[in-house]
Amino acid sequence: MTDWTKQKAERARRVAAVTSLVSGKVVEPENVTSLLERIICSGDRVCLEGDNQKQADFLAESLTRVDPAQVHDLHIVQSGLVLSEHIDLFRLGIARKLDFSYSGPQSGAIARALDQGKIELGAIHTYIELFARYFVDLTPHVSLIAAVSADRNGNLYTGPNTEDTPTIVEATAYKNGIVIAQVNKIVDEVPRTDIPGDQVDFIVEAPRPFYVEPLFTRDPAAVTETQILMAMIALKGIYAEYRPRRLNHGIGFATAAIELLLPTYGKQLGLQGEVATHWALNPHPTLIPAIESGWVQQIHCFGSEVGMDHYMSARSDVYFIGHDGTLRSNRLLCQNAGLYACDMFIGSTLQIDLAGNSSTVTPDRIAGFGGAPNMGADAHGRRHISDAWLKAGREAAGNNGPLVRGRKLVVQMAETFGEGMKPAFVEELDSIVLARKLGMPLAPVMIFGDDVTHIVTEEGVANLLLCRNADEIEQAIRGVAGYTPVGLARDRVKVEALRQRGVIRRPEDLGIDILQANRNLLAARSVRDLVTWSDGLYAPPSKFRNW
Amino acid sequence: MEKFTIYTQAKSSLGGKRSDTLTGVVASGNLEILFERKGEPLAVIVEVMTASHGYQHVWEAVIKDFVARVSPGGMYISIHDNGARPDTVLLRLMQGARLMEARS
Amino acid sequence: MIPENVMNQPSWYESSARARIEGLLDAGSFKEILGPQDHVMSPHLALFDLPPAFDDGMIIGRGLIDGRPVAIAAQEGQFMGGTFAEVSGAKLVGLLRAVARNAGTPQEVSTVFLLLDTGGVRLQEANAGEMAVSETIHAILDVRHAGVPVVALIGGRAGAFGGGGLVTACCSHIIISEQGRISVSGPEVIETNKGVEEFDSRDRALVWRVTGGRSRVLLGGADSYVKGDIGSFRKAAEVINNNAPPLSLETLEREQGRLEHRLKAYGNCHDTPEIWVIAGLSTPAGIADLTEDDFIDLLVKEGVRHDAR
Repeated sequence: MTDWTKQKAERARRVAAVTSLVSGKVVEPENVTSLLERIICSGDRVCLEGDNQKQADFLAESLTRVDPAQVHDLHIVQSGLVLSEHIDLFRLGIARKLDFSYSGPQSGAIARALDQGKIELGAIHTYIELFARYFVDLTPHVSLIAAVSADRNGNLYTGPNTEDTPTIVEATAYKNGIVIAQVNKIVDEVPRTDIPGDQVDFIVEAPRPFYVEPLFTRDPAAVTETQILMAMIALKGIYAEYRPRRLNHGIGFATAAIELLLPTYGKQLGLQGEVATHWALNPHPTLIPAIESGWVQQIHCFGSEVGMDHYMSARSDVYFIGHDGTLRSNRLLCQNAGLYACDMFIGSTLQIDLAGNSSTVTPDRIAGFGGAPNMGADAHGRRHISDAWLKAGREAAGNNGPLVRGRKLVVQMAETFGEGMKPAFVEELDSIVLARKLGMPLAPVMIFGDDVTHIVTEEGVANLLLCRNADEIEQAIRGVAGYTPVGLARDRVKVEALRQRGVIRRPEDLGIDILQANRNLLAARSVRDLVTWSDGLYAPPSKFRNW
Repeated sequence: MEKFTIYTQAKSSLGGKRSDTLTGVVASGNLEILFERKGEPLAVIVEVMTASHGYQHVWEAVIKDFVARVSPGGMYISIHDNGARPDTVLLRLMQGARLMEARS
Repeated sequence: MIPENVMNQPSWYESSARARIEGLLDAGSFKEILGPQDHVMSPHLALFDLPPAFDDGMIIGRGLIDGRPVAIAAQEGQFMGGTFAEVSGAKLVGLLRAVARNAGTPQEVSTVFLLLDTGGVRLQEANAGEMAVSETIHAILDVRHAGVPVVALIGGRAGAFGGGGLVTACCSHIIISEQGRISVSGPEVIETNKGVEEFDSRDRALVWRVTGGRSRVLLGGADSYVKGDIGSFRKAAEVINNNAPPLSLETLEREQGRLEHRLKAYGNCHDTPEIWVIAGLSTPAGIADLTEDDFIDLLVKEGVRHDAR
């Protein structure tokens, strides 16, 4: 007879093995490593919650202390590989296989570990792609998660930084897995129940609050005149043309500049209420002036941002706030919102090739994808219409018949030269070089050229929707590539013809005087200004203060 | 440091009355440009001192575009550059020309 | 919410030294001495493969404020950290000496304004820079002795550190904004020498709590506190009168007494909120987070705590 409940029995065996280490669901911090040694078996798929923001850092540290002779060959399945402990798991031989989406600060270490054969790489995913696989073939056996507080029954309050937690727990708890949560505090009653206690097996009060990285704070003081010019080009050349109401912004300085220009230049262009009213967006502090000026109706967040919690609580008409009065974020749902419910994604990139493919990979760094490929992709499953979406689709098709579907606006912003005078426009992406070196069958491309609709540089905007063949796309890109080798090699006659057709529009074609592009146009020029705009509700972390 | 001088001709001389102006600051990634009204009315002389090596051809391309856009005849332009990118250079040149065109 | 008329005001912190002079003086009144077209530049920087500046980062000259003749010097904090060096130092000292010499003549100026923005001495010209700092201090004292007040305006990116901190302290009056910082040893220097427990230079809130404008003015290390826009600096500069006490032995003894008292009262404190507790301020932990208007109200209530400089 087939035993159809092997997983259930295995789960019960593991839970029974730790009864001496726990009191109810509560485990003391000093017993966590022993508990992990008994709960986790070699070869398990383990999610050690970590994304680009919050980190189950105490559990990560505890996991690096297990005996590798006892626990080894783990398969790590998590969105962010961000802490040095995450890399240590592979160095120490506790983990072997990896499926992830984002690495940020560990991008160099991952590339080295891959090179040394310490990591067997499954795939680099986008966030929702990895979450999707949690429910198909990468379901965690054990998940180690982070929450703000728990009661003794294991009910969790994950608070403003809820992020990935509900998705991880859903996949683990309902497939006979084991969920262990580190919490900042064990309390009698949680302010709200983000995760019901029956989905949580064990809780530990960590010796310090879980770490959160302020990832989305862009200091207005560092916004350059070039970025302001690019923001003006984007506002006049794209926002005013297509009027996208629902959108997502990337996290770079160019889009921060757009946010800071909405209440000034955007208002001069008469765009208030016409564009950028509904957002799938992290809590960008640089959006505060636009929110306070009445531009924004609603924002759903992937995660939270250090210092923004009080501000968002006080602006519950704009943000998603629980009955307890604090933000509820959710990465899976917000990524989905960005994919299906937004008319535009606009973000910065590091490298663009002649077909419009873009990447943030450099030869010695594997930074992963995060959410950009989903934000920056046309969702072929979309069926509802909007004016912006239809206009883009009709430009691409060259007509407006009943079967012409719309297009999501996918705008890439790049200063023609990046850090250290590295050209942003290249004949071949570094990621393709890397793929060749590592024998990867698919090069890690952030956004594919066929999804990109516009490229904005300080030299102008190239509308790829209006290009009719690969040669036009190439010349349109060269035509805004400035003084990079790619730009200097443009065919001047063809570029001028594209300009006549409006495929390329320079600042003067848009009626923008480049000498207007100065910092007095910014609605806030410092983090201190953002605090003032917020009525003192925004409390930036120390590293952004100069007062 | 690299030093070179670019000699070129404009279609017309730059309007305005100012005899000289300074724009920009020698900060990292930035540059200062001194415009002086002297020499032949159509001549444009650009003296460059830059901390970045190997970009003379880019400077020449930027100056060519600047001269085509603004026609700054009669200008003697001296530049101290601390690693500014070409777009910043063009922006500062345009700013300097605008200041020189002022009536007083 | 920031009112739109404030939003677009040029900020002192962000502006170049030339823009600060432009905004501080009556429009069109600035007459520069040894301007860029004179090409008086550092002869040393080329040795280090560094580009020079036409004015060596020190802009000096004369102009008018509200029609009154003044002398003015501004450091460009973005060029070599606004440092004191051979040429920049000589320009400043020359200006101050001319002011002292012209006192009581038709060329007399009413006030000297020093728009300092400096990390101290330029390392590439250290000896000349150190001499420039001492000569500057000497010259400031001569100017004050001749009855002309010397006013420091502090609110730039580089603050007033090293020799710049000493020069500032020798002025008759110091105007500072929230972003302004005054100290001798910079935060990184203290951390390097005394360890991170003594001073964590990366904790920016701490750096400003200790060296920033609000603490300096509350402790008497500055005399006027202004909002960070150029217009506010100008308004404060307009109302400067020569009411600083004369530079006499009696004044110095009073100042010594004030400093001794301060050391006794606050010498054991590790951070400014502890000082504000002893001083009896109402929101000792929240001084840095008060709005500008609330802080200015607090200053009016507290009054200036010193009588000498």
